[in-house]
Amino acid sequence: MIRIRLSHSKSGALRYTGNLDMQKVWERAFRRARLPLAYSQGFHPQPRINQACPLPLGFTSTAELLDVWLTDEVPLDQVKTAVETAIPDGLKIRAIETVDLHAPALQTQVDTADYVITLHQAVEPSELHEHISELMASPAVMRERRGKMYNLRPLIVAMRILEPASDSIKLFLTLTVREGATGRPEEVLLALGLDPFAATVERTQLRLKDLHPEPL
Amino acid sequence: MLNSQEIALRLERILPQVQKPGRYVGGEYNQISKDWQSVATRVALAFPDIYDIGLPNLGLAIFYEQLNARPDVLAERVYCPWIDMEAHLRAEQIPLFSLESQRPISDFDILAFTLPYETLYTNTLNLLDLAGIPLKSGQRSTNHPLVIAGGHACYNPEPMADFIDAFVIGEGEEVIEEIVNAYQAWKRTEQDRRALLLALATIPGVYVPIFYRPVFQADGTLERMETLDPAVPAIITKRMLAKLPPAPSKFLVPNIEVVHNRISVEIMRGCTRGCRFCHAGMINRPVRERSIEEIVDTLQTALDSTGFEEIALLSLSSSDYTCITDLVDAVTTRFAGKNLVVSLPSLRIESFSVDLMEKLKGSRQGGFTLAPEAATERMRTIINKPISTEQLLETAHAIYSRGWPTIKLYFMIGHPEETLEDVQAIADLCKAVLAEGRRTIGGRAQVNAGVSTFIPKPHTPFQWVSADSVEQIEAKQALLRRELRGPNLKLNWTDPRDTMLEAFLSRGDRRLGEVILGAWQRGAKYDAWQDQVRHDAWQAAAEDAGLAMDFYIHRTRFVDEVFPWDHINPAVKKSYLLEEYRNSQSGILRGDCRQQCYACGILPTFTGVRRLNRGDYWKCPEVPARKTTALAE
Repeated sequence: MIRIRLSHSKSGALRYTGNLDMQKVWERAFRRARLPLAYSQGFHPQPRINQACPLPLGFTSTAELLDVWLTDEVPLDQVKTAVETAIPDGLKIRAIETVDLHAPALQTQVDTADYVITLHQAVEPSELHEHISELMASPAVMRERRGKMYNLRPLIVAMRILEPASDSIKLFLTLTVREGATGRPEEVLLALGLDPFAATVERTQLRLKDLHPEPL
Repeated sequence: MLNSQEIALRLERILPQVQKPGRYVGGEYNQISKDWQSVATRVALAFPDIYDIGLPNLGLAIFYEQLNARPDVLAERVYCPWIDMEAHLRAEQIPLFSLESQRPISDFDILAFTLPYETLYTNTLNLLDLAGIPLKSGQRSTNHPLVIAGGHACYNPEPMADFIDAFVIGEGEEVIEEIVNAYQAWKRTEQDRRALLLALATIPGVYVPIFYRPVFQADGTLERMETLDPAVPAIITKRMLAKLPPAPSKFLVPNIEVVHNRISVEIMRGCTRGCRFCHAGMINRPVRERSIEEIVDTLQTALDSTGFEEIALLSLSSSDYTCITDLVDAVTTRFAGKNLVVSLPSLRIESFSVDLMEKLKGSRQGGFTLAPEAATERMRTIINKPISTEQLLETAHAIYSRGWPTIKLYFMIGHPEETLEDVQAIADLCKAVLAEGRRTIGGRAQVNAGVSTFIPKPHTPFQWVSADSVEQIEAKQALLRRELRGPNLKLNWTDPRDTMLEAFLSRGDRRLGEVILGAWQRGAKYDAWQDQVRHDAWQAAAEDAGLAMDFYIHRTRFVDEVFPWDHINPAVKKSYLLEEYRNSQSGILRGDCRQQCYACGILPTFTGVRRLNRGDYWKCPEVPARKTTALAE
């Protein structure tokens, strides 16, 4: 048994495929690649594919992570070639490595994520800058989601306007993606008074918790 | 009209706001995207319901693969947008587009619908409207796509005759090529649209309604179908392939969950059992089987190219496949250890079927399905589906004892001459099966009864009979609901109003066109969806058109009545159907026609084809030559 970690990007039509369906997309890709996919035990064996952190529908990403378990040793470059020929348009493998079989599950390890948001709406940069400063200075930003109030502020690690490269404004955002503490980019846009449907969001970085922190 | 870039731009904003946006973006593995400019003819293949239902459709998969194999043709797909998406498309004035290239559907040369059932008619109109194509054939100009349709419902094309330029009757694999060729030839000559339609009307198996006029009698029945051009045939005989073509294997792999996420391989076409209610059994003759080798090779190619985790071996009656045990053995040994689910629907009620399912080692969660259809000897003789209750109970015992806790039983109420005693017998039989389960495995045993309502269909021995009235159906369903309650017994039934609508559309004539249009204008669409169907709209539309739905649904036809579909020849003779109708009334059973030929008409219609394809590929027994010739005359 080996465990392989795939860093990959997700774009194109696959933006509209949710996390649950991505599980099937990957399973079928590994089957097409004829890799010895490992299955869970039990009455309904499921392939052992583990995605790090759900990407909301419509977002693209250059920084997705997943772990997959194979029953036999297969050289990494061989896995990479096989997967590359079998994945649908919209997926691209960026890096591949083996991971210790007993390492904790990816979902428990993700810590923060970066997003670059391109705004397709009329915004005054100075005004936006002010909103951002205000929001970042607030001790709490209360928002309602699915009938529950929560504080968005601690989920925002960093936020700034990127140097304008073209006519549209881009926002850079770092949010926490820990279990039970996941910040959503569209919530931040709403908190800034922006229209979340007139924006494209790309996840550009996914950081894992430091497993071996320096002793204090 | 917007071009594909403008459409893409507007979609960008809309898609995050609709349910399951993956329905509208294509991009599936095995999708074929050809250069628009590189081909002579562009075909849009339409399934007029949502993506989730349309994507797994095998008919569309066949044409998608076949047409795209031609270097001079491209085929792309379109489905109906769901209600939420439709609202956005209309609000933003986005014309309906194809999934592959996001081109407006009106840019295509040919728009081909598959119409497997009647409750897709209003969706067909809605799709045309969203595409900006005039609804009626007569309103279209040379610049509009040619609108064609095929599929089982088209064996009675009259209700949709106003809206479809040309219908394909029967199997489409060969004739679709001929239609494309005729289209290309027409385009080169720069003639008018009528010239195209006339060229199509002379292709065997193609029905072009504009050249036919129904003449009605004072009592509302048909006197005759008049042809309006000497070049068109009076009778359109279905197309039938002597041998089944290679099965499709590069299935589209959806990126979102759809109703069937699997590889489907037709192991055979047709059925020799002759159940008298069964439309598919009458129109798909003769039976032709694919070889085990071909099936297994197709599955291998399909698994390699899709990675699907489920396969379905499709046919109307799996148990009748000549070497079914060998096939199941071949499939299970070839694909052992691949975590595959194999489904084998339509098994006969015998313990041998349990052996087959056991070999497939499938999950026992979903239950084991049997379709006795009726519960008394008398009814079984009328419908020509003889199974003894004893045999059913034996089979049930085998199913429970080998690990399936649930048995699904499919019945139909409303068969001709059915009484409340026959319906009571359905309830009694379900209870007897459950009792068998209790004895075998105890309290875990479960019976799910699915009781649908019989609809008399064209081209069947029951095309003459009246459908039950709503009151009769309600009384029968009330009886079943009263009897089939309690733990471990579940009953599903069909809303009688849905049955009435389907019965109305099935045996309709050309005057229904106005009703379909009127119903759609009043908001009817998604008629196959219980939460969407608008019976009020249909009622109002029928009244406005001055048509009594009961005339179509509840009238017992005259024995010599001219039917609106009589000019469509399924190669099964009307006289044979009448004979079978009479046999049902006199309690005469007929056996499997693999053993003995009952002269349905298939062989004399296709004598020439048969002569060129001797051997046992067709499962019709050899009939002495003299007899065959005599029948043809």
